[in-house]
Amino acid sequence: MFDLNITEETLLEAWEIIRTQFPLAIWETVYVTLLSTAFAIVLGLPLGVLLVVGEKDGVLPLPGWVMKVLNVVINLLRSVPFLILMILVFPLTRLIVGTVVGTAASVVPLVIAAFPFVARLAESSLREVNPNLVEMAQSMGASPLQIIVKVMIPESVPSLISNATIAITTILGYSAMSGIIGGGGLGKIAINYGYYRYKYLIMLAAVILLILLVQIFQSVGTRLAAKTDKRS
Amino acid sequence: MEETIQLQVSGLIKKFGEDTVLNGIDLSVRQGEVVVVLGPSGCGKSTLLRCMNGLETPTAGTILLDGEPISAGDRNITRQRQKIGMVFQSYDLFPHKTILDNVTLAPRKVLKRPKAEAEADAQRLLERVGLWEKRNAYPRELSGGQKQRVAIVRALCMNPEVMLFDEVTAALDPEMVREVLDVMLELARQGMTMVIVTHEMRFARAIADRVVFLDGGVIVEQSPPEIFFTNPRTQRARDFLQTFTYENRRP
Repeated sequence: MFDLNITEETLLEAWEIIRTQFPLAIWETVYVTLLSTAFAIVLGLPLGVLLVVGEKDGVLPLPGWVMKVLNVVINLLRSVPFLILMILVFPLTRLIVGTVVGTAASVVPLVIAAFPFVARLAESSLREVNPNLVEMAQSMGASPLQIIVKVMIPESVPSLISNATIAITTILGYSAMSGIIGGGGLGKIAINYGYYRYKYLIMLAAVILLILLVQIFQSVGTRLAAKTDKRS
Repeated sequence: MEETIQLQVSGLIKKFGEDTVLNGIDLSVRQGEVVVVLGPSGCGKSTLLRCMNGLETPTAGTILLDGEPISAGDRNITRQRQKIGMVFQSYDLFPHKTILDNVTLAPRKVLKRPKAEAEADAQRLLERVGLWEKRNAYPRELSGGQKQRVAIVRALCMNPEVMLFDEVTAALDPEMVREVLDVMLELARQGMTMVIVTHEMRFARAIADRVVFLDGGVIVEQSPPEIFFTNPRTQRARDFLQTFTYENRRP
């Protein structure tokens, strides 16, 4: 099925496509990934905080039904496969962006898919904070908000950074999938050339670049997490 | 001398499920008094301290600080807690903050004191325990004894009226115990009201104005230290003290 017949001609043709189309595609992938991650964190981090502090013995106990609704909504969103979610949120995308195809439009489903995931990651980071530290802050008369902002979040920064890195690489993978609905980037190139036109070389190049991007995000994240960790 | 009751515990009962940990505690602590709470492990000493600071909600009974109640969940609780300093066995310094930030965080954020003022206070207190030069270090760079001294300073920076100490030397190597106990002795000399839970019997004897012996969730005996350690009134206290001596144990 793939045209594996590599000749000078096919190589030249591939190089031409890479040269003209890849710079924009890389930029689109990076920009969509970072933008979606930023929005997902803005929505997901406060939710993650609520999941921890709102528990019965948390620092800011919320009514049981609120916690139940939060958990159900997060689990619901997390159970829908991304491919289907993209199509499911078309009405919302049209409302926000005005269109359902294209790079900007792909940000909406990415954020919807990623923020519940980010909330769960933030929740697990915050749960790692030594409960004695929270108790210490309580014993000094700190308010719930002070405990969240001055103790729980600062003390979990290394873990939050590691988990943000996981979120970025996952969102990068999703963003490639959004090539199906016309989201721009390396994913679209891989699908358009590799899947629809059997240009194996182009797809391979796109995949290699995606791998490189993941490596870069991951190593930056790992280094930042280690740098902010003052415990050992 | 006028004797002001600073901390008043009345009819305190604390149950964890079916388990009654404190079963009717009545205890009053006068201003400037050092009360040492002794007792076998599991007797409820730590729970008593945690109730005094509102970290546990009593099942029944009241705790008054300066005549005002302390109870978890109360709106008053944060203001009352600010007047009580507590030091735990596990130091619980904030690992991602420097020593100076550790001790000035609460005065600045909770008491809203200006940074310079909080730092001046911190300097005075850190110098007193010989750790001012460690101000920019992180907790991991300190020994256990140093960490515990910082934890005491952190509590003192809130200008508390009462200090609670929960087995603060239990996790320390023996040679570090002394430096922490010296800081506490110094505090007692300066007239701080203190409630201390400890297993250091000789220290208890040196620092206590009064020994409270707790067993099975009730106060079994309250005596001045010289009486408690030489001639305890109850058999249970005698048995307890016996476990700390090694004399007459050789065959």
